[in-house]
Amino acid sequence: MSNPKKPHVTVMRSQLSRARGLGSGQAGVGHWWAERASAVALVPLSGWFVIQVFRLAGASQPEVAKWGARPFNTTMMLSLVILTFYHTQLGLQVIIDDYVHGKAHLPAGLLMKGIVFLLGLFGAVSVLKLALAGSSRSTIAAR
Amino acid sequence: MQDVRDALYVGQRSDGTLTRRPMSPHLQVYRFRLSMFLSIANRAAGVAAAGGSALGLCWISAAAKGPKSFSKVQKVTGNPLGQMLMAGWALALVYHFVAGLRHLAWDSGYRFSKKEINEDGPVAVGVTVGTTLALVAGIVGVAICRSRKKAS
Repeated sequence: MSNPKKPHVTVMRSQLSRARGLGSGQAGVGHWWAERASAVALVPLSGWFVIQVFRLAGASQPEVAKWGARPFNTTMMLSLVILTFYHTQLGLQVIIDDYVHGKAHLPAGLLMKGIVFLLGLFGAVSVLKLALAGSSRSTIAAR
Repeated sequence: MQDVRDALYVGQRSDGTLTRRPMSPHLQVYRFRLSMFLSIANRAAGVAAAGGSALGLCWISAAAKGPKSFSKVQKVTGNPLGQMLMAGWALALVYHFVAGLRHLAWDSGYRFSKKEINEDGPVAVGVTVGTTLALVAGIVGVAICRSRKKAS
């Protein structure tokens, strides 16, 4: 609020006349649906991951590498990492929309998206490195 | 205009002078209800779960880097402080999961009346605490058994 003590009118138009003719909000309910769809996808993926944590609790690095080299595990881990950070980005965007107003809103959202994007990419690269390094090492050993 | 909400906060008295309309009452005037705590806790749990997931990337990246990095991570996962941090991560994840399922049910039109929401709140707390304790105890138990088997 620019001046909380002295009320003043900056726009002499009603809210309806300001909104009329602008068309739809463009984005519509896309963000809301993306949040729900990623949440539904994360339900089975999280369940799978909990089982894997039980399988890997106390495991050594070679055991984890062997686990991560299986194509099915790689696929599931990649899906989990990508969807987790996608869902994170959607959720944090709502929090920024709620609490950050004015000029800081856009840079806050972009900064958050940049950080979450890099984290997600880091996770995806790690999963792929574990998968591909594991398989290539075993081929070298076989030769 | 700095904020579009300004336009709605300015009203006119019958003599034409401008006045600031009253804002809706803020949180402190309401009696504490479990549902309001569970609502904000879901948001907080989402943020905590995201922070924990970011730290969790250390585990998978260390496994990708090699045995040396992995043993460093194992020092953290073997430390009581690290284990408490992971238990907190598990709690945040489980609660965000449970509250998320409730949200999906509400979105589909189930359990959305005031009575049903107030009935389900304590159940959600119980399920969250129970599941978290079972998960933490189970994972720690499996980890201890596995390391004992390796030692012998």
